[in-house]
Amino acid sequence: MAEVAESPGDPGTASPRPLFAGLSDISISQDIPIEGEITIPMRSRSREFDSSTLNESVQNTIMRDLKAVGKKFMHVLYPRKSNTLLRDWDLWGPLILCVTLALMLQRGSVDSEKDGGPQFAEVFVIVWFGAVTITLNSKLLGGNISFFQSLCVLGYCILPLTVAMLICRLVLLAEPGPINFMVRLFVVIVMFAWSIVASTAFLADSQPPNRKALAVYPVFLFYFVISWMILTFTPQ
Amino acid sequence: MAAADDLAFHEFEEATNLLAETPDAATTSRSDQLTSLGHVAVAAGTGSSYGAEDEVESDKTALLQAEKPQPGFWTFSYYQSFFDVDTSQVLDRIKGALLPRPGHNFVRHHLRNRPDLYGPFWICATLAFVLAVTGNLTLVLAQRRDPSIHYSPQFHKVTMAGITIYCYAWLVPLVLWGFLRWRQGVQERVDPYSFLETVCVYGYSLFIFIPMVVLWLIPVPWLQWLFGALALALSTAGLVLTLWPVIREDTRLVAVALLSTVVLLHALLAMGCKLYFFQPLPLEQVAPPAQVTSLALHTQLPPTLARSMGTS
Repeated sequence: MAEVAESPGDPGTASPRPLFAGLSDISISQDIPIEGEITIPMRSRSREFDSSTLNESVQNTIMRDLKAVGKKFMHVLYPRKSNTLLRDWDLWGPLILCVTLALMLQRGSVDSEKDGGPQFAEVFVIVWFGAVTITLNSKLLGGNISFFQSLCVLGYCILPLTVAMLICRLVLLAEPGPINFMVRLFVVIVMFAWSIVASTAFLADSQPPNRKALAVYPVFLFYFVISWMILTFTPQ
Repeated sequence: MAAADDLAFHEFEEATNLLAETPDAATTSRSDQLTSLGHVAVAAGTGSSYGAEDEVESDKTALLQAEKPQPGFWTFSYYQSFFDVDTSQVLDRIKGALLPRPGHNFVRHHLRNRPDLYGPFWICATLAFVLAVTGNLTLVLAQRRDPSIHYSPQFHKVTMAGITIYCYAWLVPLVLWGFLRWRQGVQERVDPYSFLETVCVYGYSLFIFIPMVVLWLIPVPWLQWLFGALALALSTAGLVLTLWPVIREDTRLVAVALLSTVVLLHALLAMGCKLYFFQPLPLEQVAPPAQVTSLALHTQLPPTLARSMGTS
């Protein structure tokens, strides 16, 4: 292939032309841009970080993680189609939210009544096992989201409901009555809708279109149960 | 491929008609591995000779290179095969369970050898949570009418509801399936349903209880009993119509006993739900407190508590 075939019309002239001589005659009329992005996979970048984060101060480490969590909170509060939550998943945010919610929802320790609100452990179990079940369901239906990404999204989208819990506790400091209940109901419904919209914005694309409803319905049930727990909370 | 002409996959509708018309020609569960691509291959020999099926099976497995043998139960894809349903299919199965028709067997017509676990699992979960929520709401509404009733969130009802519903929807089909297999061993004529199909039948038949429970919020007693009776009738009709083709060749005694047990258990479930979750007012004629179902004793005032203890 690299040999230049001698033109058959010149048997006499035995002067071999240099290889690829004709190439210099070719001129490129315009600059063909050679550019692009070489995306380095996340893993190697984080490995670089790991070696250099050993020497930084503890405050730096904590602030970096807190900033990442805060950034994701912003993404949940203003949901639009981005994959920040999916790409850099972490479980700190869900843990913080779950612990806050469970602390606020638990019945008091002096309350020995058997039929009261949920205990701390019950809320914790419902949130985490609910999220795991929904993730398994989504994967079994054939979704292409990873296990921890889905847990991360579901955990972060509890943020509106945690805010609703805070507002409800503040409202409950006022005098009880139907207006009190209506305000709490309204707040919980709005936050419930917000949670659903936020989580479907992140999760819906991972399912084939003919199974989207099957994957979204358990998410609806999950946030509905949490909303009901928030709404029926009565301080003792 | 030259041999592709020999394997004419039937279209979905043709297969449905074939299956519905000739229930004896239904494919056995061994051919499930061939149907995972969404085509229903019907071995249309009514004698269902296993030799012919083997030939068809080996031809197909030789050609379908992408086809793997049935994955073991420890792999994820084994369980994925039970969730291989679309939204429209799930809705169609729910409709089929809601409105049972005498000619259409739920298993043959709607499940079509593709039983799923999505329906039973999430219907049970929904029913458990709806029971707990509406039971709680009933207490709230009752307290509004009668302020002497003490309201509390009663979170333990969620766990009770969950355990009851899941045990019913999974253990009763297990027992039923075992019983039918034993009868099949004795009778040698009946083609029983697989365990998953039985679970599906029970799971989808529980769907009617969800709107029934929601409608039980209306505090009119005769209306509640009416709704309960209606839902129970529909649900048990579905169960009986599905089980009848399997059991009709058995002896009369066994058939009647089985069907009446199924109906009785279903009725017991509905009654238990009504009595446990929807009685905010103290029950004086209820059984002794050793029974789990008499929850209402918790909310009683001390004099009525003493009175009911005295009568038990």
